Amino acid sequence: MAGSGTSLVQIRNLSKSYRRGNQVIPVLQEISLDIAEGEFLALMGPSGSGKSTLLNLIAGIDKADEGSIVIGGVDVATLAEGDLAAWRSANVGFIFQFYNLMPVLTAYENVELPLLLTSLTRRERREHVELALQLVGLADRIDHYPSQLSGGQQQRVAIARAVVTDPLILVADEPTGDLDRVSAEEILTLMDRLVHGFGKTIIMVTHDPRAAEKAHVVRHLEKGELTI
Amino acid sequence: MFILKLIIRNAFRHKLRSVLTVIGVAIAILAFGLLRTLVGLWYHGVEASSATRLVTRNAISLIFSLPISYKDRIRQIPGVKSVAYGNWFGGIYIDEKNFFANYAVDPQTYLGLYPEFVLPPGQRENFIRDRKGCIAGKRLADKYGWKVGDLITLRGTIFPGQWEFVLRGIYKGAEKSTEERVLLFHWDYLNETLRKTIPRRADQAGFYIIGVTNPDQAAAVSVAVDQLFRNSLAETLTETERAFQLSFVSMTEAIMIAIQIVSYVVIVIIMVVAANTMAMTARERIAEYATLKTLGFGVGHIAVIVYGESLAISLCGGMLGIVSTFPAANWIETELSQFFPAFSIRPATIYFDLLAALMVGAVAGIFPTWRGATIRIADGLRRIG
Amino acid sequence: MAIPISYSFRNLWTRRLTTVLTAAGMALVVFVFAATLMLAEGLRKTLVDTGSYDNVVVIRKSANAEVQSGVERLQASIVESLPEIATGEDGKKLVAKELVVLINLPKRGSNKPANVVIRGIAGTSLALRPQVRLVAGRMPRPGSAEVIAGKSIAERFQGGGIGESLRFGMRDWTVVGVFAAGNTGFNSEIWGDVDQLMQAFRRPVYSSVLFKLRDSTEFDGVRERIQGDPRLTLDVKRELQFYADQSEAMAKFLRILGMVLTIIFSLGAMIGAMITMYAAVANRVVEIGTLRALGYRKGSILVAFILESLFLGLVGGLAGVFCASFMQLITISTMNWQTFAELAFGFDLTVGIAGKSLAFSLVMGFVGGLLPAVRAARMNIVDALRAT
Repeated sequence: MAGSGTSLVQIRNLSKSYRRGNQVIPVLQEISLDIAEGEFLALMGPSGSGKSTLLNLIAGIDKADEGSIVIGGVDVATLAEGDLAAWRSANVGFIFQFYNLMPVLTAYENVELPLLLTSLTRRERREHVELALQLVGLADRIDHYPSQLSGGQQQRVAIARAVVTDPLILVADEPTGDLDRVSAEEILTLMDRLVHGFGKTIIMVTHDPRAAEKAHVVRHLEKGELTI
Repeated sequence: MFILKLIIRNAFRHKLRSVLTVIGVAIAILAFGLLRTLVGLWYHGVEASSATRLVTRNAISLIFSLPISYKDRIRQIPGVKSVAYGNWFGGIYIDEKNFFANYAVDPQTYLGLYPEFVLPPGQRENFIRDRKGCIAGKRLADKYGWKVGDLITLRGTIFPGQWEFVLRGIYKGAEKSTEERVLLFHWDYLNETLRKTIPRRADQAGFYIIGVTNPDQAAAVSVAVDQLFRNSLAETLTETERAFQLSFVSMTEAIMIAIQIVSYVVIVIIMVVAANTMAMTARERIAEYATLKTLGFGVGHIAVIVYGESLAISLCGGMLGIVSTFPAANWIETELSQFFPAFSIRPATIYFDLLAALMVGAVAGIFPTWRGATIRIADGLRRIG
Repeated sequence: MAIPISYSFRNLWTRRLTTVLTAAGMALVVFVFAATLMLAEGLRKTLVDTGSYDNVVVIRKSANAEVQSGVERLQASIVESLPEIATGEDGKKLVAKELVVLINLPKRGSNKPANVVIRGIAGTSLALRPQVRLVAGRMPRPGSAEVIAGKSIAERFQGGGIGESLRFGMRDWTVVGVFAAGNTGFNSEIWGDVDQLMQAFRRPVYSSVLFKLRDSTEFDGVRERIQGDPRLTLDVKRELQFYADQSEAMAKFLRILGMVLTIIFSLGAMIGAMITMYAAVANRVVEIGTLRALGYRKGSILVAFILESLFLGLVGGLAGVFCASFMQLITISTMNWQTFAELAFGFDLTVGIAGKSLAFSLVMGFVGGLLPAVRAARMNIVDALRAT
């Protein structure tokens, strides 16, 4: 439950701006935020409010200008590029709006991708992959290519890929944005199970109010600042 | 291993585009190989020539001859082992299209100086015995279906008239590079006929071939021969056979240089096409590269994936081009035999082809690899392919 | 309703890198195409100017070139006496008995030797060749060891300039004049008095007899008469034909080489254009669907895309021709395989060649862009709009 124990994610005075030509456009202004372990957080806000940027910073795929992001005791904002990549592959799972699967790899191979950066043997990898695919309910489609799967199924493969390394946090950017109502519902149910059944921490950016309903905590971003 | 799998699947993901590029590279490599072979042919004669045989000819130019009396005087020069003589005959066999070299020579000494012309036992003696006899190289005999004993007629251009010879022998070259398309007949036969028809042109040799006792003496002997005949009616120019061939080659160099340049231009053109393909491909996949980066794959990984794809496509094209080179060369040899009676592909050419294909892939892949590997993840994800 | 041209144009501008690369590839191809045509044209021009239609060349039967030919004095006199020979303004017959030999001369700079034609001329030789003019110095004095050199020789060979001297036939010969001969092969020759040269080279026979017909139509009659005469063993050709034949092998070689190269290159360029245009279509699927939904017809889509690839071809073609025009600064000098003599010719850019090259480029663009344009036009609207 939110607020119990020390927060898994501690963000202090985070700021980020973009440079476009000569103009400096501030996107995040001194954000501070705590996320507890096992929490399901939804970030909402109008376009351009900076919610995706905040998500990227937490996930370690972008660098802040100022401030600190401590996840599981590590200040991500201070890590160098190479270390950040390594940290990321072990600790963060991504779920994108457009799934971002490799079209030339099968479902199995897509899920296996993050494990190739570890030192697990082939057999160990196989165990993890099959487990992850079972979890999302796609054990019977492991040899299919993304083009042979529906949108909902592709997103489930993406989720399997995101959890296969058993990361600290799961980061989702509009996970239901490209899905019809039925598939969206399936995905949200799955995410719910990950939180309640497996104690995963999920940080999700969304427009969809139904998605927000599933979350424990909903925060709003407006013009780079957390409002509610 | 996984990366290799990714590369290969990616390379043929967009089938039409990849096939077109592969075909383009194949055509370019094919052209490159053929043009290089063409240029190589030109310098072929130089390779077969020796640095221990000397060629003596009239200093004014090739169209002037030397008196036959020079032979004995050259023999006297220290360092000279044997002296052969001959005339370029330039006869035509049936049609101008059937061009091959034919010379009137003194058989004993000439064949002695050219041990690389190998004759079966008996044929050499028959040739020497028969004044109207001639010998031809195996490639020549095969081409026209000549057998020993056949009557061969040449139409003279420099020495007019119809000249008949009996084929007394077919020689094989001792080395791969030995010329097997030459016809040789008796100088005496030419001379006797000239004495009867155009006496003022008799007793002349177009060239002398000199064999030296010691290769180190080649330069000294050359100088001695020319010195001997300086300020006479027919001054000589003596050089090694190799230098002689080289001077021929250099006279037609301009065209060959142009062809060489063209062969490199071909490669540059296909590089441009391949670079274009790779640039487009990489641009479309930026989001995928960014995703891989989010998963933790590094710049190095991405670089290998992109670069590997570029190399894979161009190597495929290269292989296809190399394989098509052989039937193409065959076609040239048969259909364009007037210009290219022997158009064989050398191993060196194949290596160069491969190298060229690699270079195409390497250069075409530079910019896309750099772009893909250095993309900032956030930017890359924003772009949906 | 036609899609405005600016649509095609601006799309090329937006994807600049690809446009530049594709156009560059086509430009290179056009460059080689134009250069090959220019070289063949340069050779042809050299030949055509070398020789007049009304002049007749007589050489020994079966000889392929003047250097191989020997015309005995007696036979030459018989030819001289033909009634069909034109008469010059000074009342003398326009006929010249000439000697042609080759000598080895080193080039300036590289010292590499080449075979240069030395022509022994008679008094009428210059009159018989109106393309040749003395541009510096004077004609050689009869009976002297003086020669005049063609422009190409004076520029490129050692000892060939005015005041310099050449050594052959055991004598030194002074160059007292330089002549220009338009584009012809005579530019690569050295001329001197025929009697002096025959003595120097110890050649008792002429190489050829050249004369002008009083009536050009009488050629066939003259040829039959000469070739039928049992005292003569001679071949007769119009001068124009004679020189054309001498370079036939080279011309043919250049032609075939040019054709083969063109085919290969154009395939490469068309593939490049095709790849680019397919990608262009693939990237604009939604756009195309939108245009169709707005009411533009299939034909307009087709035209718009074809225009785009035609424009690529045009840019490439213009760039290629522009670069090729600089080849005119280069002269190729090589040995003619048939005559063994030095032959110098250049790249000649005519309006016709420029036009052909541009047309070639446009065709490449068209063929390369056709299939992709057809694909764009035949797209299903609904699928196109739904694509991401």
